Amino acid sequence: MRDYNKLISECSSNERTGYKLPKLDVDPFDYEDYFQKGTLRKEAVRLPEVSELQVIRHYTNLSLKNFGLETDTYPLGSCTMKYNPKINEDMAALDGFAYIHPLQHESSVQGALALMYELSNMLEEITGMDEITLQPAAGSQGELTGLMIIKAYLENQGLTHKNKIIIPDSAHGTNPASVTMAGFQVVEIKSNKNGTVSLEALEEVLNDDVAGLMLTNPNTLGLFEKDIFEIAKKIHSVGGVLYYDGANMNANMGITRPGDMGFDIVHLNLHKTFSTPHGGGGPGSGPVGVKRFLSEFLPNPSVLKENGVYHLRYSHLKSIGRVKTFYGNFGMLVRAYTYIKALGAKGLKDASQLAVLNANYMKERLKEKYVLPYDIVCKHEFVLAGLKDKSEGVNTLAIAKRLIDYGVHPPTIYFPLIVEQALMIEPTETENIESLDRYIEALLKIAEEAVGNPELLINAPTKATVRRLDEVGAARKPIVRWEG
Amino acid sequence: MKVIKTLLYTKNHEWVRVEGDEAYIGITDYAQHSMGDIVYVETPELDDEVKASEYLGVVESVKAASDIYAPISGKVIEINEQLEDTPESINESPYDAYIVKLSIANKSELDDLFNGDDYEVYCNEIE
Amino acid sequence: MHPYLPHTSEDITKMLAMIGVSSIDDLFEDIPENIRLGRELNLDESLSEIEIEAKLRQLASMNDTVKDNISFIGGGSYNHYIPAIIKHLAMRQEFSTAYTPYQPELSQGTLQVIFEYQSMICELTGMDVSNASLYDGGTSMAEAVFMANHVNKKNDVLVSKSVNPQYREIVKTYARFKGLNYIEIDIKDGVTDTTDLESKISSDSSCVIIQTPNYNGLVEDVAAVRISMDAVKNKAQFIVSVNPISLALFEAPANYGADIVVGEGQSLGNSVQFGGPYLGFIASTKENMRRMPGRIVGQTTDLDGKRAFVLTLQAREQHIRREKAMSNITSNQGLNALMATIYLATMGKTGLLEVAKQSMYKAHYLADSLDSINGIALTYKQPFFNEFMITTDEDANEIYNQLTSKGIFAGVIIDEHHILMAVTEVHTKEHLDKCIHEMEVIA
Repeated sequence: MRDYNKLISECSSNERTGYKLPKLDVDPFDYEDYFQKGTLRKEAVRLPEVSELQVIRHYTNLSLKNFGLETDTYPLGSCTMKYNPKINEDMAALDGFAYIHPLQHESSVQGALALMYELSNMLEEITGMDEITLQPAAGSQGELTGLMIIKAYLENQGLTHKNKIIIPDSAHGTNPASVTMAGFQVVEIKSNKNGTVSLEALEEVLNDDVAGLMLTNPNTLGLFEKDIFEIAKKIHSVGGVLYYDGANMNANMGITRPGDMGFDIVHLNLHKTFSTPHGGGGPGSGPVGVKRFLSEFLPNPSVLKENGVYHLRYSHLKSIGRVKTFYGNFGMLVRAYTYIKALGAKGLKDASQLAVLNANYMKERLKEKYVLPYDIVCKHEFVLAGLKDKSEGVNTLAIAKRLIDYGVHPPTIYFPLIVEQALMIEPTETENIESLDRYIEALLKIAEEAVGNPELLINAPTKATVRRLDEVGAARKPIVRWEG
Repeated sequence: MKVIKTLLYTKNHEWVRVEGDEAYIGITDYAQHSMGDIVYVETPELDDEVKASEYLGVVESVKAASDIYAPISGKVIEINEQLEDTPESINESPYDAYIVKLSIANKSELDDLFNGDDYEVYCNEIE
Repeated sequence: MHPYLPHTSEDITKMLAMIGVSSIDDLFEDIPENIRLGRELNLDESLSEIEIEAKLRQLASMNDTVKDNISFIGGGSYNHYIPAIIKHLAMRQEFSTAYTPYQPELSQGTLQVIFEYQSMICELTGMDVSNASLYDGGTSMAEAVFMANHVNKKNDVLVSKSVNPQYREIVKTYARFKGLNYIEIDIKDGVTDTTDLESKISSDSSCVIIQTPNYNGLVEDVAAVRISMDAVKNKAQFIVSVNPISLALFEAPANYGADIVVGEGQSLGNSVQFGGPYLGFIASTKENMRRMPGRIVGQTTDLDGKRAFVLTLQAREQHIRREKAMSNITSNQGLNALMATIYLATMGKTGLLEVAKQSMYKAHYLADSLDSINGIALTYKQPFFNEFMITTDEDANEIYNQLTSKGIFAGVIIDEHHILMAVTEVHTKEHLDKCIHEMEVIA
């Protein structure tokens, strides 16, 4: 593969074009005088001038510098990098879904509304919640929406002094960030020695100011929060609301449901659990589900069905308002709908069970050479705390970079924060045993190298398109655009 | 870990060098070491009034950001402009690369700070 | 079992033995009895691809498309030409199935695309820095509000009533919960009333937000807004929401003193898709760079001195800064930004200008023709780009329905006597003449 290293603007050549539009078939008019002075640009925008084939070669060559889920195993913890079925893409690309305008009359988009209605029902059944909104664009936005609902609910009762949200120290960074955006304050509690929420620590911070608690179950260590019923009771006893971060829902489908655990609000990540592609950083989709007592605060509009006809209704009377334009990331909703139809009730349960089987298998095979801080049954993911035996200078970063040389994608590293030198591995159910074994073998070989040949790790990667990058320089003197 | 005995210190690893009614504030060798390569420092603005233990700014490395707090109350009378171009000077000489200079509001607050020996003991404890 | 689930019974037996349990159920022993579902999910059985396709096609066929009809609906989402190559390139698995480029050595493709995207947004807006994308035009406006608040710590948010009503709703929601004061500025003759702005701006103002072209399709007098803001010597941020296609013709917001530029990038190579996924963009000044929400890609070198790209200024983001982060955003609209980048590369310097001009000329042709029909008039006199409002004597819903029966979507129904119409380069003169004819018949 040739070493391609040009920016598209560096491929540009004066007057070369990559497009063709129909000839203008109406009269132009002299717009210089039409617009107020100062409205018009004086110089044309500096965009590339390239041919169509140049565009294709450029972006194709860039793609060849990328590792995708279809390249090889990509076990990012808490990201659920499962196979993205191609039938999802074909269905989302149907003209009847891709080429409908959100402001068309309802009668002309009944199929889209039906899909949203059915998807909402399916997600309500999977999560055990009473009503779902499909509006939030991603998990983070789902979190923010859920927190806003909590705030609106409490304000509605005059309980404005309740301004604290409890978060375990193992939580994903989006949780506290969302809390701040929703106008709450974070109260962090330490996890116990088993890696789960400490009921004592929780008791200590429980008071009348508590608005709620955010939790993922299983948690970011891949451990099931067995005390969830107790936790729910405690939060509810002070009039707080219990929020479920759905990032780890892939461990639960058909087995248990957040709605049955005592959670009042849930968000899902369709781009994790429900197989929609990650896109190199989105688009995602973050539907939010609530128990009946919170329904009136959901964003508007939602899809209702009356006498067999679907309508968009602004029916939530105390709605927090809108969080996104239109109705949500509809294209991702089509994909998730297709996936749920493809797997069905049994398939979803199989998926969760096999995800958990895969994670436990990897954990057992790795715990001899790698530090396993919580040596118990895990769910869909597990966390290692670096190598047992290693030379000076070998840290989790070095292990990750060396994995690149073995042709696989490193797991999530240095998260959760409560485990030193963390490696968070989530294989997902779509990996077969041979690919798991290959990944494990790579990690075991690296464990040997860490003792006998540590420079291999410290200098890694050497087999990728680039070697280690100067991130310090990039942050000190940011170059964030092409200057030309 | 280098500690200059004549300076005053806080639990959050800021140091204070008193010169008459003014004080230079920076972060210690312990702090710069645990941060790694420093890429950026955010400071308050000139003439800002700060109170002891309140937020003073942020020191950033590639993978972390550490809040710094005012060891004592005062008014910001000088900002170390060099840090904009060479934030790494904090890594190189943390006790020379000050962050801000304050005019001291209340000298008695200096009594609440660690002296050199106590700070050294504290650092050994938390290791 | 299922094509997505590769485990054979032999595989499972082997794995269970390795783990040291006798069945998969043993791995779920730690789930308390009282929260085990204990029944099958109440969902349909698994379907094959043949059955899935039948079901989805049936649903899709119930929808009338903007391909099969002549649509003049705009209102924040536009039916522009999408070059064929975009889909083919974006569908490459290396782009579409990868995730956050935290391991830059394996993500130079994604990282460089984002860098190119950032560069192009900066070229269009004239600003110094862009991020890797936000969810859509409405949430990018809300994020800009929070950004302004981070910059100047003030609480009053001033929004012109000529801004897209959905964007205003979103800003209102975000502002409410953060404890910011949402204040609307009146409009006069369809554009921002600077007299009202001057009466409402104060030392508590955090930002002033306008949209140009605005929701009514009209070009705002941005210079006048900037002057009104400068008259009050506070540090309020001037936030401008723009139509990226229009920037091929119109002055870059940086040149008239915008502090933060946001907008909807859907027009750049993304289909209308019933409202999403779309593309929010945000760009700002060097001074504001460290307050930007979302991901930013920077240029650097590797150990061999090779040019490379990496996520930078990460100390702003949630995974480092947590509750003090500039925003909670992680997954953004990565693939849509990629599509916009390919669009801008393909259309290029001359193409984008041609799209802008054709859209504008065709819109004016339609507007002038409709204006001359009895019972229909252009609502506003101010200059517009490619979207305009008409006032109708007949009921607007009636007009919409009648035109629909002729294969035309008239536009966004504003109220009983107003319709907002958008025209792009995809409309032919035949389309426009057909619309004019049918409107004449109804009027």
